[in-house]
Amino acid sequence: MTREAGDDAPEIFGDRVSRIAGFLPQFTWRVEKEPHGLRIDVAGDLTIDEAPALWKRVTELSARVTSGERVQIDNSGVQTIDGACMALLVHLRSELKARRVHCEFTGGSPAVRRLVELYGGRRRPKPRRRRHARNAIEQVGDATAALFGEVMSVLDFFGELLHAGWASLKHPRSMNFRDIALTMERAGADAAPIVMLINFLIGFVMAYQSALQLKQFGANIYVADLVGLSMTRELGPLMTAIIVCGRTGAAFAAELGTMKVSEEVDALRTLGFMPLRYLVLPRILGLLLVAPLLTLLADTVGIAGGVVVGALSLDITPLAYWNQTLRVVHAWDVFSGALKSMVFASAIALIACQQGLATSGGAEGVGRRTTAAVVSILFALILLDAVFTVLFGALGL
Amino acid sequence: MSDALIEVRGLTVGYADQVLLEGASFDVARGDVFVILGGSGCGKSTLLRYLIGLETPLSGHISIAGVGAPRLEGAAPEYGVMFQSGALFSSMTVGDNVGFALQEWTDLPAEAITAIVRAKLALVGLEGAEDKLPAELSGGMRKRAAIARAMAFEPSLIFLDEPSAGLDPVSAAELDDLINALNRGLGLTVVMVTHELESIFKVGKNCIMLDKASRSIIASGSPQELKATNRDPRVQQFFHREAGRR
Repeated sequence: MTREAGDDAPEIFGDRVSRIAGFLPQFTWRVEKEPHGLRIDVAGDLTIDEAPALWKRVTELSARVTSGERVQIDNSGVQTIDGACMALLVHLRSELKARRVHCEFTGGSPAVRRLVELYGGRRRPKPRRRRHARNAIEQVGDATAALFGEVMSVLDFFGELLHAGWASLKHPRSMNFRDIALTMERAGADAAPIVMLINFLIGFVMAYQSALQLKQFGANIYVADLVGLSMTRELGPLMTAIIVCGRTGAAFAAELGTMKVSEEVDALRTLGFMPLRYLVLPRILGLLLVAPLLTLLADTVGIAGGVVVGALSLDITPLAYWNQTLRVVHAWDVFSGALKSMVFASAIALIACQQGLATSGGAEGVGRRTTAAVVSILFALILLDAVFTVLFGALGL
Repeated sequence: MSDALIEVRGLTVGYADQVLLEGASFDVARGDVFVILGGSGCGKSTLLRYLIGLETPLSGHISIAGVGAPRLEGAAPEYGVMFQSGALFSSMTVGDNVGFALQEWTDLPAEAITAIVRAKLALVGLEGAEDKLPAELSGGMRKRAAIARAMAFEPSLIFLDEPSAGLDPVSAAELDDLINALNRGLGLTVVMVTHELESIFKVGKNCIMLDKASRSIIASGSPQELKATNRDPRVQQFFHREAGRR
């Protein structure tokens, strides 16, 4: 057969012949009609390379047999068989049994019989429980309930945190100052370059885009108003928060999540530390302190981006641009942006830490919670931003 | 028993949808090496988490002499705990790990803490490992360091979760010797979870055996006694390393 052809072939054809042989099965599968059903004679070498071909035959046969028939799988001709192929044969038997088709293995060398035994070919197959398919309404309901559960757990967490914060205020010595400083360095100082780069580009692009329109009316100088106000009130805080979410929010969730799954959080508790006070509070405080600073930095470089566009393509001198900016941007605009950024920072740290500490189940759990943290934070940021806009609008601020 | 260090009465252990152990009652005497036995998934480690106070019982109560219900957080640790994987704080050196609770809960100067840390590490045979990070230690060394951390606050009671699991035979035997030394030399009461037969006979003074199917304690007594006299097939299978029926 093909195998022998492969063996006999000269060396130079060896590669091609064996490649062709790969398409041709090394085993035979003869189905014979018997009075009460079918007999299958399996023979040859069944290794994992043959599994795809075997699977095709198994499914063909399985589709053909009807209830009440008897199927006999005769292994007498089998030279070798490995676990993968045996698993397919045992699967065929279980499938048939589930459909009330009597199926048994016969013949075969002691080695083959032993494999049949090991892979459960003699045992009565357990009836598989059908999984109940959930319909759309059920899925929407479950998802809604899960969403409410998440929101409730964040609020729970917030409550516990306030409690822990109060306890820390009463005993300021027990505060974990090391982590506050560490958070400020990692979330603040280390984030400065990327915050500056992105906000400079935002200011630059915004100035450039608006200049195209404003030029038509000869209103070049109003580019400074537009960039100045939108950077300080809106884009500075929001873009900074989004960067902080991606950098620090993800880091908090992954760090606390890993500590949780490696039992470090439990170990902390057994040494008398409250995770909320020791791990979460310093992270929130640290982020709360650096977020306004990052936002001020963002405002400044954003306006600088506008200055560059003004000087390069609008013939506005930097000094004129600066004076115009000072005229329209008031202290409150900058201050309200900083205030917003502090609220954003609290939301980022709160959600990230809550998700981190809710982690269970190893590396995959950490990944899932980190993703969930970043997505929830982004959602919360946009929501909070909308609330601020409406609130400031209503109050006329 | 008035001499009991830990009293457990009618304790039900498990999660909301799955009860692992129902109405368990037992005592741990002072100076005991108390071993919690049982097959995989029967709730040994979970029971330990309740004894430590990491979980709140579904029903029943646990009382530790001098502490009451096991209590964590907000106070200096009353007892030491070693987790299965060691659970050393990965961002700190071994020395900082051991001295962590001392720094927080005492007014000792840094030099004094260093001295105590060095002594505790010597106790577990890890001299000179103060400045290593947990990631640089082998599995056995990590568990020793975790024991040193658990011992840092001079507890009279220590909980060990599978101290010898995943260790080579030599490290496991050394750890058993260490447990014996702590128990005999310092009079430390040890509560441990394990399923290593050799370890059970070498260090265990008393044990209870949990069973998954009946969700209860099926045997208690000294390991030698259980092996020799208990007729329960589940106990005999465990002590003679026989496979159960599938």
